[in-house]
Amino acid sequence: MSWIPATETERRSMLDTVGAASLEDLFASIPAALRMQSWDVPPGRSEMAVSEYLGRLSVKNDVCSVNFLGGGYYDHFIPAAVDALISRSEFYTAYTPYQPECSQGTLQAIYEYQTALCRLTDLEFANASLYDGGTAVFEAATMSMRVTRREKVVVHESLNPVYRKMLETHAANLGVEIVSGENPEGAACVIVQNPSFLGTVRDFTNLAAQCHAAGALLVVSFYPVSLGMIKTPGAMGADIAVAEGQSLGQPLGFGGPYLGIMTTRKECVRKMPGRIVGQTVDAEGRRGFVLTLQAREQHIRREKAMSNICSNQALCALRALVHLSLLGKAGLQEVATACHSKAEYLKKKLGFAQIVNDGPTFNEFAVRLPKKAGEAAAKLLAKGFLAGLPLASVGAGQDNDLLIAVTEKRTREELDAFAAALEEASCN
Amino acid sequence: MQLIYEKCRGRRAVTFDALDVPEVKLPEALLREKPAELPEVSELDVVRHFTHLSKRNVGVDSHFYPLGSCTMKYNPKMAEAVAAYPGFAWLHPHLSTVPEYQAKCQGALALVYELERLLAEIAGMKASCIQPIAGAHGELTGVLLIAAYHRDRGNTHKDTIIVPDSAHGTNPASAAIAGYKVLQVPSNAQGLVDVEKFKEALNDRVAGVMLTCPNTHGLFESNIREIAELAHSVDALLYYDGANLNAIIGQCRPGDLGFDVMHYNLHKTFGTPHGMGGPGSGPVGVGERLLPYLPGPRVVKHEDRYALEMPEKSIGRIAAFFGNFLIAVRAFAYILHLGDEGLRDVSRMAVLNANYILARLKGAYKPAYPGTCMHECVFTASPQAAQGVHALDIAKALIDCGFHPPTIYFPLTVKECLMIEPTETENKETLDAFCDAMLEIAKLVETNPDSLHAAPVTTPVGRLDEVKAAKELNCAKLQ
Amino acid sequence: MNPSELRYTEDHEWIGREGDVYVVGITDFAQDQLGDITFIELPAVGRAVKKHEETAAVESVKAAGDVYAPVAGTVTAVNEALEREPELVNQDPFGKGWFFKLGDVDAAQLEELMDAAAYTKFLETCGD
Ligand SMILES: Cc1ncc(COP(=O)(O)O)c(C=O)c1O
Repeated sequence: MSWIPATETERRSMLDTVGAASLEDLFASIPAALRMQSWDVPPGRSEMAVSEYLGRLSVKNDVCSVNFLGGGYYDHFIPAAVDALISRSEFYTAYTPYQPECSQGTLQAIYEYQTALCRLTDLEFANASLYDGGTAVFEAATMSMRVTRREKVVVHESLNPVYRKMLETHAANLGVEIVSGENPEGAACVIVQNPSFLGTVRDFTNLAAQCHAAGALLVVSFYPVSLGMIKTPGAMGADIAVAEGQSLGQPLGFGGPYLGIMTTRKECVRKMPGRIVGQTVDAEGRRGFVLTLQAREQHIRREKAMSNICSNQALCALRALVHLSLLGKAGLQEVATACHSKAEYLKKKLGFAQIVNDGPTFNEFAVRLPKKAGEAAAKLLAKGFLAGLPLASVGAGQDNDLLIAVTEKRTREELDAFAAALEEASCN
Repeated sequence: MQLIYEKCRGRRAVTFDALDVPEVKLPEALLREKPAELPEVSELDVVRHFTHLSKRNVGVDSHFYPLGSCTMKYNPKMAEAVAAYPGFAWLHPHLSTVPEYQAKCQGALALVYELERLLAEIAGMKASCIQPIAGAHGELTGVLLIAAYHRDRGNTHKDTIIVPDSAHGTNPASAAIAGYKVLQVPSNAQGLVDVEKFKEALNDRVAGVMLTCPNTHGLFESNIREIAELAHSVDALLYYDGANLNAIIGQCRPGDLGFDVMHYNLHKTFGTPHGMGGPGSGPVGVGERLLPYLPGPRVVKHEDRYALEMPEKSIGRIAAFFGNFLIAVRAFAYILHLGDEGLRDVSRMAVLNANYILARLKGAYKPAYPGTCMHECVFTASPQAAQGVHALDIAKALIDCGFHPPTIYFPLTVKECLMIEPTETENKETLDAFCDAMLEIAKLVETNPDSLHAAPVTTPVGRLDEVKAAKELNCAKLQ
Repeated sequence: MNPSELRYTEDHEWIGREGDVYVVGITDFAQDQLGDITFIELPAVGRAVKKHEETAAVESVKAAGDVYAPVAGTVTAVNEALEREPELVNQDPFGKGWFFKLGDVDAAQLEELMDAAAYTKFLETCGD
């Protein structure tokens, strides 16, 4: 087999060194009765055949329709240099930087990632990284419980309903009380999302103050690209900010890999889970970077650790950093402005439908159509549009509600054509 | 080397076309005060910066990387290529959420369905689910499944999970997050679970037992059937930490050994890259007992069409969609290429390579346990430590010899541990060169121990001050 | 504090009387096992703790652990200097490196703890 290099001669010579008569002998510690008899695994196929087969599977998937589908995951532009740099094998074939001297590339990159996320959110510490947006919400909830020694978590209606379900699944056995609303009394935290799942932008500064008065934390789940424009979690007084990092240079990839982002204030950093890199020096005073605060984690603290996270999404964090470096200070603002402006342009064109949001929106909004959203979406699919997310499919709205997302990639022509097609599909 | 933030000169990399719609802004009160201070550099600045950073790293493509327990095998380029096919890489996950859209992601759903079936078959399980995002996430999922099973059966008194002292830290951590108390059982002098102590620990309150097999000493738990029967006798379920599945793949199957639930590390057994700490992927596999509780929604096949269904008693969503799908694509390609005979050869050669290193080094280094090993060999550098050279010093000296060091911080059961996992993808010349270097270092311990304290000297920085890092907590350049 | 006059736990805390309150710290053995201490988390003054309740936390580069209350009581003072200079615990575990003081202590609970001789014996079983 092409990935296993040992020749017959080498095998024999190595067995001699080991002092074993055959390869079989090396498995003698497995009781004979437990050895596998047979399995239903097909014979191997060549690289050519496997690539062809997967190619045929891949073209059964639609990636060509004009995309208005969001719901937490967005079709943003990714500069070519992101993939080129991420494909360097010194990054992607390395592992966790346990030996800092030969992992300075990883460690400095993570330090730079942490810096980018702190600056983006106006908070002081970031980890690198959590699994995804939903598990980041769960980690923020348990982190708040450690900080406050309380066991109630309040979930605001703005939170992505899928994140809420993931929170419930993960916390099922922890005896956490998960309630809806925004009353911080007796709670470890109130978890909000901004922009909301339906795209509404709010200022949670007052809620942050109420949380703090009640001894609770405010957790804000944010959309990274929106911070090219909107008020930051830090400026609102949030204690923990979390996000789905997909919009920062991660291809949609049918759900992953993405990354979970988490930033926090200094007072809470020691209760933060995951890997954190710190700056230091070597004996000659040269700047270098190491994993720090790791004694709190599973390899030392075992059942008392802050979390069980070990492998995380480090390469995705590097992707996010490279992406942000290429967009730069001005580029991120331009992307945010384009997303918002184009969404507002489209919104104006959809006069035939009722807007569901009760306030300003960033790049996503929900409309109530004259007919079932799923039916309209099916018709639009035939015309080459992915019309958006029928909200009933995630249990977040009525049958006629459609959640529409607009990114910088959509052109005015596409917006015009889509508005016309949606009107025709839902009014006829 | 400068930080990218120290290279800013007000330049631009990516630019965009002029807006083709009127520019609008949100109300002032909702805007951020100042733009985020992101780098202001050119595209070439970015490319040079990260290329230079990459050269301060070592990876499997450049170096032998025998990091025990982590299975740093070669990551096939074909798997990278297929995962980059636009039909996978650009596919929006909500296509699976909306019934009207599911016809547009049939290829991806087919892949999930086929891979879940193959993974189950490989491990002798009834079904698998690729949602969990890493091994530890799979562990948590597995223990939540155990909890759901006991809740369903009214086993409300069960509040404990047994974990051996040799277990990876994620095992007890996952059990705790799933709401359980953790009871640790010791290993015996042979490096295996002490069955007598296990019997003493076992009682009706035990909900589950988590084992790695071969365990983290690189040894097969030969009493596994007895342990399984004992656990089942009190209705405790047996969890298989699949981190070491690469040692037995095609030789025996966790399901046949008596395990009820497990996770797979696609980034270990199935050759997907480790990405400087992730993304990996940690699917769960289950036997008959836990089938009804699997996370959902699940891909099901109705004649020729794939659709999604939530199992009636499902614990719910553990990821938003199909976990690290693009990692699963790589693992699928890996399995299809190696196939039946190739996968069996993975375990054979992983085990032969580890035993070869054990045989060559056991004269100079003390094996932690007697006998042959499975896919990794574990030494203790205690004799060297008595001469003032610690496992850490040996590791640093190896860096100067051009090798990534073995695992030295784990397992906690072995003092001054050197845990070496060569994997099946390394050739004999590489193993020999590594062994030669290890033997050379062993000689230096006798002749010139001080030279080892200075290592590494070939890296961009020497040993770093971790105490300073932890005290000062400079974890971001805020200004 | 004079180590020979203190009481000890199996988790390597010491406790000793100072007027009508009791001072708690970790032993020389414990600080040595931890290595360079980088951070100490102290309880809130006024907090009532049960015997063996996790009351403070200590972190080094290679380890992290909880400091348990050797006996039940109410925290009357904490050693704020440790927040800036955690290394005091390494330098002077029985003196400047104390953690917190407990009031409302039931003296009978103290009798259940090891005295210096018993602790020295106990340490022999804690070797590597
Ligand atoms: C034995 C063992 N179990 C579990 C894990 C956790 O897997 P992951 O890092 O994918 O979460 C590891 C990872 O190093 C391991 O070696």
